[in-house]
Amino acid sequence: MEKEITGAKIVIDAFRNEGVDRIFGYPGGAVIPIFDELYNATDIKVILTRHEQGAVHAADGYARSTGKVGVVIVTSGPGATNTITGIATAKMDSVPLIVISGQVKTGLIGSDSFQETDMVGLTRPITKHNYLVNHIEELPHILKEAFYIARTGRPGPVAIDIPVDISVAKLKDYKYPDSVNLPGYKPVYEGNVKQIKKAADEISKAERPLLYIGGGIVMSNAHQEVRELAKRTNIPVVSTLMGLGSFESNHKLFLGMPGMHGTYAANHALMECDLLIAVGVRFDDRVTGNLKTFATKATVIHIDIDPAEIGKNVKVHIPIVGDAKKVLTKLIEYVKPRQRSNWNDNVEAWKREYPLKYNQKEKREILPQYVIDSLNGIVPEDTIIVTDVGQHQMWAAQYYKYKYPKTLLTSGGLGTMGYGLPAAIGAAIGNPDKTVILISGDGSIQMNIQELATAHLNCVNVKILIMNNAYLGMVRQWQDLFWDRRYSSTCLKRNINCPDVCDGSHKKCPEYYCPDFIKLADSYYIKGYRVENPDDVVPTLKEIVSFKGPALVEFAVHREENVFPMVPAGKSLNEILVDDWR
Amino acid sequence: MQEKHSIVVTAINKPGVLARISSLITQRGYNIENVIGTATEDPNIYKLNFGIRGTDEQIEKIVKQLNKLIDVIKVEDISHKKNFIIREYLVIKVRATNSKRTDIFELIDVFRAKILDVSKTWITIELSGPPRKISRFIELLLPFGIQQYIRSGEIALRE
Repeated sequence: MEKEITGAKIVIDAFRNEGVDRIFGYPGGAVIPIFDELYNATDIKVILTRHEQGAVHAADGYARSTGKVGVVIVTSGPGATNTITGIATAKMDSVPLIVISGQVKTGLIGSDSFQETDMVGLTRPITKHNYLVNHIEELPHILKEAFYIARTGRPGPVAIDIPVDISVAKLKDYKYPDSVNLPGYKPVYEGNVKQIKKAADEISKAERPLLYIGGGIVMSNAHQEVRELAKRTNIPVVSTLMGLGSFESNHKLFLGMPGMHGTYAANHALMECDLLIAVGVRFDDRVTGNLKTFATKATVIHIDIDPAEIGKNVKVHIPIVGDAKKVLTKLIEYVKPRQRSNWNDNVEAWKREYPLKYNQKEKREILPQYVIDSLNGIVPEDTIIVTDVGQHQMWAAQYYKYKYPKTLLTSGGLGTMGYGLPAAIGAAIGNPDKTVILISGDGSIQMNIQELATAHLNCVNVKILIMNNAYLGMVRQWQDLFWDRRYSSTCLKRNINCPDVCDGSHKKCPEYYCPDFIKLADSYYIKGYRVENPDDVVPTLKEIVSFKGPALVEFAVHREENVFPMVPAGKSLNEILVDDWR
Repeated sequence: MQEKHSIVVTAINKPGVLARISSLITQRGYNIENVIGTATEDPNIYKLNFGIRGTDEQIEKIVKQLNKLIDVIKVEDISHKKNFIIREYLVIKVRATNSKRTDIFELIDVFRAKILDVSKTWITIELSGPPRKISRFIELLLPFGIQQYIRSGEIALRE
């Protein structure tokens, strides 16, 4: 290594040492020195997005789909604040990211100088950890620690704020550190053997056991262990939104997703089980419904790498802190094989009696469920599905049959509209040989639509499916079901000539939708399709997966289709509405 | 049952460590009732004593969250522990006209407090000791008329 090295060079050297070859970013005054170094670094490709939020979501999609750390570089002030939504999204879903922001010169910090913002203060509650680099001597260790913290334990985003004078300052005798010294950070990977034996014991005693798995399975690559455990014990499985793909959707033991838009079988199994084996989940309110009535008959085993998650929402009888893969491997060793029982017959009967259902045959308009269901069998098996947030997200969770982990990327915790397009681009960049399908809505897609340019210019293999109902559908659904059809600010066709109040039945509804997505795609040099007839759904899907590169398909779907089943907010899981009751 | 808990946090002495700890507590919906923090015999180690109100269960969750902070080395809820020396410091200014002065002096004697300043109408006193002793002292001075006082909050050291 050279005798003297600049801060910017140290950053690039850290990337090389940490195996980073793709970064997502947007330049600006305070990061010109770093981008200048990247100009020479041909082994590190920079993907220039059109908005900093897009850069963070793209890095997030890259990280979730590859298991690597996603890296973002943005400038100070507005560049930094534009990353906030992306960082919060990654924090809620435990995605490893390094977000490097430029900062004004150290001497100007605190003086409200041009493009100055307190990035460390802003990101404190939404990062796993964050840093402001005060001296160049600290920079190598901060970078090493940041990568280590982001990818170990329960992963998460780490922000590093680097003042511009640090990027150009020089450090003598530089060496990239080979270890970290963090006395306050010691993630526990191995589960306590006594506890694991206790859990195995409970499993052999249980009459109605249930496996409840989530994003932690995907994070720790424990999908095979879950399969092995389920096979050995014949225990039915429910998976949270974040866990989908870690257990085959078509498997006989799989009951689907539980919670607000979960299946009847999954929700009733949670209510009726006498042993709940929760692995890599956090008992989110969208899963549990009313906590007072949740799984009250069950002994709860909770396996999680984050001790703070254990007992946070639900009382746990056998807590096991550790990595899901390691704990499950041990658990499989101790657990006795279990034969199928009445319980298996019961849950399978629920599955048969109350399946997810839609009826396209009787409708002239396209049903969004039909579009998503049609993907099964048309797209390659290893396709990565990315969603935005809303009704389409729930249908994507319900109707697509996931086979492998890391094939569903979705903003589960924060519920970020606008996540989809940039995340899909990031996933495509990390998986150039795979097909990436973005399932979005007409509301969500417009929240980061500018990234169509990034999609085209990088020729990513992303197929954008827009379920256009001209509504912010999920909010409209709540207004429909619980707010007396008062469609306040949810109609995206609404214009200045519309009557003051409209419940969707008004005769003079504007015909056209703004924007024209096909013209928009065209102006970004992306092939656009508009599908209005159910008969055209399958042929169009087949066509777009037959070529590489981006495509955009707008499906004019039934405007007031609702997502079912539904457990209304705050209700118990057995108060599930399987159908429109009106 | 909600009651006040005394928490001792040992952390790395880095800029912003107090902000991290205090903002995490408010984020989770709790209020810090008293706080005192300084570097220790090891200048790289920062010790923080603070009091928050909550049930044992709630405080346990806060302790777990605090433990997740990268710069935090150790968190202890010492409320139910006996092997800690807990002290607090008080400076109090009391109305002390001629007729009442002797009574106040008597109290100062009993509590082994110290007079910092005396004027025609006021006496300023300092006292250190266990929090209960401080509270009792304030209680007994109340009838004389307290102009103002300041309590340091608890500091704790293992026996």
